[in-house]
Order: sequence, then structure tokens, then C-alpha cells
Amino acid sequence: MKLESIPITLTRCAKTFRGTRVLEPLDLTIGAGETLVLLGPSGCGKTTTLRMIAGLETPDAGGRVAFGDEDVTALPIEHRKVGMVFQNYALFPNLDVRGNIGYGLKIQRVSAAHVRTRVDELLAMMRLEAHAAKPITQLSGGQRQRVALARALAPRPRVLLLDEPLTALDARLRDALRGEMNALLRELGVTTVYVTHDQAEAMELGDRIVVMSAGRIEQIGTPREIYYQPASRAVAQFVGTLNRIAGQWQGGMLRTSGGAVPAGTARTTGAAELYFRPEDAMLADPAAAHLRGVIEQATFLGERTRLTIGGAAPDALLVDVAGRVELARGTPVGISIAPEALIALA
Amino acid sequence: MNSLVNPTAPGMHDAPGQPPATRRRLALSSARAWLACAQWVVTLATCAFLVVPVAMSIIAGLTVNYFRGAASGLTLRWLDQVWTQYHSSVFLSLEVAAATLVITLATGVPAGYALARSRTRLSRLIEELLVLPVALPGLASALALLVVYGGFSAFRMSAAFIVVGHVVFTLPFMVRPVAAVCASADLRTLEEGAASLGATFVQRFTTIVLPNARPGIVAGALAVLTLSIGEFNLTWMLHTPDTKTLPVGLADTYASLRIEVGSAYTILFFLMTMPLLVAMQWLGVDVPGTGSKRRNAGTQNENKDSE
Amino acid sequence: MHDLTFPLRWRVALVAPALAVFLAFWLLPMVALVQVSADGHLIETYRALLTNGRYMKSLGATVALSAAVTAATLVISTICGLLLARRAFAGRRALVALLTFPLAFPGVVVGFMVIMLAGRQGLIGALSLRLTGERWVFAYSMAGLFAGYLYFSIPRVIVTVMASASQLDASLEEAARSLGASSWRVLCDVIVPALAPGLVAAGAVCFATAMGAFGTAFTLATDIDVLPMTIYTEFTLNANMVTAAGLSIVLGLVTWAVLTLARSMTGGAVAATA
Repeated sequence: MKLESIPITLTRCAKTFRGTRVLEPLDLTIGAGETLVLLGPSGCGKTTTLRMIAGLETPDAGGRVAFGDEDVTALPIEHRKVGMVFQNYALFPNLDVRGNIGYGLKIQRVSAAHVRTRVDELLAMMRLEAHAAKPITQLSGGQRQRVALARALAPRPRVLLLDEPLTALDARLRDALRGEMNALLRELGVTTVYVTHDQAEAMELGDRIVVMSAGRIEQIGTPREIYYQPASRAVAQFVGTLNRIAGQWQGGMLRTSGGAVPAGTARTTGAAELYFRPEDAMLADPAAAHLRGVIEQATFLGERTRLTIGGAAPDALLVDVAGRVELARGTPVGISIAPEALIALA
Repeated sequence: MNSLVNPTAPGMHDAPGQPPATRRRLALSSARAWLACAQWVVTLATCAFLVVPVAMSIIAGLTVNYFRGAASGLTLRWLDQVWTQYHSSVFLSLEVAAATLVITLATGVPAGYALARSRTRLSRLIEELLVLPVALPGLASALALLVVYGGFSAFRMSAAFIVVGHVVFTLPFMVRPVAAVCASADLRTLEEGAASLGATFVQRFTTIVLPNARPGIVAGALAVLTLSIGEFNLTWMLHTPDTKTLPVGLADTYASLRIEVGSAYTILFFLMTMPLLVAMQWLGVDVPGTGSKRRNAGTQNENKDSE
Repeated sequence: MHDLTFPLRWRVALVAPALAVFLAFWLLPMVALVQVSADGHLIETYRALLTNGRYMKSLGATVALSAAVTAATLVISTICGLLLARRAFAGRRALVALLTFPLAFPGVVVGFMVIMLAGRQGLIGALSLRLTGERWVFAYSMAGLFAGYLYFSIPRVIVTVMASASQLDASLEEAARSLGASSWRVLCDVIVPALAPGLVAAGAVCFATAMGAFGTAFTLATDIDVLPMTIYTEFTLNANMVTAAGLSIVLGLVTWAVLTLARSMTGGAVAATA
């Protein structure tokens, strides 16, 4: 099923609730057919942004929301033709599964025969045929999620908005559904805005990710850009784990307590910090490695072992190595880091 | 614990060498038994206090001669007599109750929803205002109505005058349960969901809000009907010889007629209200004058994700 | 949060009918009643009322009766309510139904019940005749009224107590028992304080209902000296609208004062139960 899709533009959209500014003026452009993920901790303003696109909140004066060429800022949600999936699904308890999925079509006064055909189509697509006549109280969490999706998609929306749709499910189910969600969004090709606080969902589902914090956009980029070139400390710390090396520039290298690391780009002098991800460091022979330290802790996590190494840099460093490694506390080790894996933050 | 008291005989729990612990345990359990016994006595005595006169009046309404008791034989002539004399009061009570219900549904359900969804100071004030006719004595409300509308004799002499009094008195009992149901956070999300699918306010109200508020509406309706049928304080002051409701008729017969007739009339009253009360009990409805929470009618099937 | 799914014009439209009914048929009439009661001179009329010995005696009797009923009802209902809510036994639902079905009886019917029990041909009279040789007839006095008010108050408060008791936190009692408290102590130190807000609210409603009750007194006799009866006689027998109006306002104010006091002690629970 392919849906018509349009680009979305937010211009200078801010939001104030009861005197508190929850969203600073932001500009955002979402391409037609793109899946954009709004990622951030709770309270960062991502849900508010989503609700502004939906039409459930109006931006403060001066803000503008456009779908394609149409200015929809003053248009209420009933007329925006968006499909929305809520965090707790908001399924209507007084209607059965069929009734829920067909609700949007009934509102549009589509003929009963057409409603039936379309609902059948969605039941098949979401593998819900067996549950079609059930009241929603008899559905499991995963089934409800699929009904909520089917309901949002039935009236052929031009924009799909998802507010943490997987958060209400338990972890194992969430992992399974994430892949299905990805496949579905690719197939639909509709402009999608997806809100989540889960990094794995953002990475897997987003064409681009918008990392938000405290009402501001911290960074917009592809998953790789966000992960390998975080623009700020907030972004870097929210996405994955980060190690910090603090030292002094000397002769093109950053000198620190356990050694020196060469940086890819030239620097002058003075105190500085460089960062790297735990999986980008390798254990090496202490004599030849960039940094030397001592193992303080080794945590076996199944597919990898996380080593906490002290003495190599002012802070303890976390290094991930493949699982089949056993190292005792107190073992001296060396760490090498590829220059391109070093991250400099503003 | 026993081994601490008698370390030399760990297996002999009933040994007479442990009187302090056993005695204390016995004393505790007998104190508890005393309390339980006293509770039962009070409860059963209260039950008797409440139920015995009802049973007596039912029997009295069916016996030939109350003073001789059931030995004098059972008869339906008192019921017959009451019906011939007072059936109009029964019908009037039903009509007034029905009219009251219609008006409270039309005014109270929307108001309940609006007040539940507007958590402002003004809405709280309005809620408290609406409760005043119940908190303050019915006599005052009746006198007030007479003062203002007593002059419009067509209105004053009609049953509509009584309906008006009943509506003002029963409105909070419709507004409150409806507001309680509508206040759940889920309803607001449901409305947003419906709005996202294109439904206008009227469509949302009729297809989503009203069906999901049904438990509150039913609870309110039962309460309104029961209260209206039994209402006396207001009605006595407002009635005319042409507009006698059932409780007003009851007061007449208690004062002037044989006890058997009064009992028969009371039986009629029981017959009218009992089904309503049973329905309310069965649905776990918030009974008027108590403010108790509804028991959860209909279990929510919390399926664990088992895919 | 500004709610876009419920615009202001709809809020007003939905509340307006109920408010209109309320204004037209209660609020404005009550204002008119106050005016009538003032009879041109608000302060003097009310001062005369409040210093009139007969009326104040009547008010005092009403308050005393209502307070006594409230106290007795709370004790009895707590005992019954706790038993019903916390012990499972065969026939519990039936017992609950029996204890709560008199809830909706109007005052007149309750009066009749009291006559059945304590009237000239009443059950208690017959029993006492057999036991002591003297027939106890107290239906047509304050004692009868007391019994009547008990009759309609107990079921209501039992329901409230049951609801509150079902929400008690068992872990608090278990903690007390683990520290050595006896059943009696647990009752006094844990259960009653936990029930207290609900009891205060229920007691306030019970008091308010007893203050304004009319049907029961009317059925039992027209010369029991409670304020509603006094108001009634002033209005119907003496055609004294001004006094009747003034006394109703006084009655209303006293009742409202008690409810407000109770609400300030429990925080909002009372208005919801009134």
C-alpha cells in the first residue's frame, strides 16, 4: 500500500504553557516520504512538536506549520488529514476491532461496502483477520498496537504521526515489532514523524534523527552523523556511551595521564578534551599502545565484555571487547584508538 | 521461636513448660474472638432493626386484621382499596420521575462532561453550586420556589411545578457520576484519536463520549429515578390536591387511614422502588447520599503480551 | 493546557442548560427568599429571629438531635461496615443488600417503620409488655424521631464505610501487628485514623440530612419540636411567610457551616458526597 505523501515545514514554532516556555522557536523541514525521528529524554519538547504538527496544539504567535504549500497553522486536527498513533493507542472501547479501524472512513461518509473492503485490506496487512470482531479489551498489547496503526492508516492520511508507539510494550516484543515497523514504513512511503526516547528505535527507523533537549533542537542528522559526529555533549551523551580524554595539546598529540593520542586534525596548544566510543578502542600491547592503564573492572555482558580501565586518562575509560576475553583486575593494558574515531565536541 | 523458650525440647511445642507464650496467644485470640462476636451482634441487631419493620408492614398490608395478625387470614383487599383510591398518585409519581429523568439527562449529561473536562476554578465553583440544593434543606428550596413562582397559578397548579423542584434536587446526582466517568484521562485521549481521524465535536460527542460515559449515565439515571419517586420534603410543600405524588399519598394514609391501608400503600412503594435499587446494587452504582466509589463493573481484560 | 478538542464555545453551550435551570429555579428563588425573610429590614428581622426563645430552642433541639444521630450512626455503621467489608462469609452479599436497601426510603416511609416498631401497636411495645408488663410507646416523641433518623442514616454511612474500608492498606495493619499491637489497638491506632476522613465526610452528610429532614417528623406527629416542623407550621398554619423564610435561611446557613467545617477538615471529600 502506497500513500500520498507531502513535505512538512515548521517555521519559528515555539510553545509556552502557563508561562513556561516548553519549546524554543524551531525550524524544521521534513521531506515528502521521509521518516523523521524526534529523539530525546522526557520533557525535551518532542511530543509537543508532534502535537503541533498534528494540530492538537497551536504554536505561539509567529509560528507557522505548512503541509506542502498549504499553511495549516490555523487548521484544526479534524481537517488536517493526519494519521496519529498515541502512546496508549486510544482505541475506542465501545467499538470492536473492525469498528475502530473503520472509524475514520465512516466519518468521511464513505459507502459501507467501501469501508468493508478497506478494513479487510488493513486487517490482512496487519495480520489481524482472526481478531476482527473482538472487543478491544480482549487484545494483547501487540495486537492493540497493530489495530491503532491500522486505524490511523485506513483513511489514507498524508502524514503519519507516531507518539512513542512501542513504549507501552515489554522489551522483547518491542525489539520484534521494531523491525516490522521499519518494513511497514518503508513500504508505505508516507511522511512519518516518530517520537521516541529509545535510541535503538531512532537508529533503526529514522532516515534522519532530530535530537532534542530542554525545548531545543540539538542536532539534525542521519543516524551515522548523530552517532559519529555528535554536535554537542547533550547529543553525544544521550546516544550511546562516551569516553572522555582530558589533556594538553603538545606537538600534534593530546597528552594525558596514560599516554598520548594522535588527533586527525591539527591543533595548537592548550588544554582540550577528546571523546571516543567504547567499541572504537582496541586492546593493544602496552608498549606500543596510545594509552596505558590498568583494568579496574571487567563486566561480561554476553556478546561483549565491558572493561573499565583506570589510569589511562583522568576519567575511567570504558572499552568494549568481544565476549570471549577474560582479564583479571589489575592487569595492565594498552588502548589504541583510530584517529577518525576521536570526537571533538564544542 | 519455641526453641528460644525451651531450648532443651525443640520438638515439644505443646509441652506444659511454655505457659507464657501459649497463654498470651490464647488471650489474644479470645480478645479477637470477643471483638468479632460483638461485631456480629451489632450487625445482626442493626439488620433486624432495619428489616423487621419492613417485613411487618408487608404482612400488615396483606392481612385481614392487623391487630389479630396473620392468624386472621391473608387478603388482597387492602391493596385493591389503595389502588382504586390512589392509582393516580402512582401514575403521577411515574410521570414526574420520567419527566425529571428526561430533563436531567438533557441538562446534566452535557454539564457533567463539560465540568469534568474543564478543571478550572470556575468549573469547580459551578460543581459546588449545583450541589447546594441537596446540601441545604429541601424546605428552603420549596419555599423559595413558592415565593417566586407561586403567583403564576397555571404553572403553580400543574405537575410541572413539582418536576421543576425534583430536577433541581436530582441534577447533582446525574452530573456527578457522569463527570466522574468523563474525568478519566483516557477519555481525552480517545477524543484526540477521534479528532485525528476527522471527527467534528458533535461527531466525537455522539460516537465516542456518550457511549463511553454510559456507565455514569446509567448510574445517574437510576439515582434520579429512585430519588424522584421517593421525594417528599420538596413535594409536600409544592403539591396541590390535584398533584399528589406517591409519597404525599403515603403521608395522607398514615395520618388518617387504617394501618392495613397504609401498609398496603407502602407495599406499592416497595414494588416501585425495589427493582431500581436492585439494579443499582447489581451494577455497583454510587448510591445517592453516600458518595461511595463504584465497584469496577466489568473486568478489564489485561492480557499480557503473549505473541 | 489549552484543549483544542474542546473549544470554549462548546464548554459554555454544554453547561448552559444546567446552569439556566439552576439559576431560574434555585438561585434566584433563594435570593428572593432571603429578601422576603428580611421583610425590609434585614438586620432587625434576623436579630429578632435569633433572639426568639422558642425558635432558638427549636434550633437547639434540632442541632442536638442531629449531632446525637450522627454520633450513634457513625459508631454503629463503622462496626457493621468493617465487618461487612473485611470478612468473607456465606451470604455476605445478601446481608449487605438487606442493610442497604432502606437507603432510598423517603422520610414518610421511615416514619411508618418507626410506628411499626414503636407505635401504639408496635413490636417493641408488645415485647416490652410481655417482658416488663409495661408497653413502651415512644414513636411519637424525640426518641421516635431519633430512631427514625437512625433508620435512614445507617444504610448510607455503612455504604461509605464499606467503600473506605475496602481501600485500607493491609500492610499498615500487618506492620502494627508485627510490632505487637492487639486487635483492639490496631483498630484504634490504625484502622479508625485511616477511615477518619471518610467518616468525617459521611458524618457531615448525615448531620445535614438530619437537620433538613421533614418527612419523618411530619409522619410521627406535628408537635415534635424540630426546626423543619416549626418552619412548616409557621408557613401553613400561621401563613407567616416571613418567619418561615427566615428560619429556613437560618437552618440552611447552620447546615452549610457544618458542611464547610467538615470539608476544611477533610479537604474536598464532603462536597462530593453531599
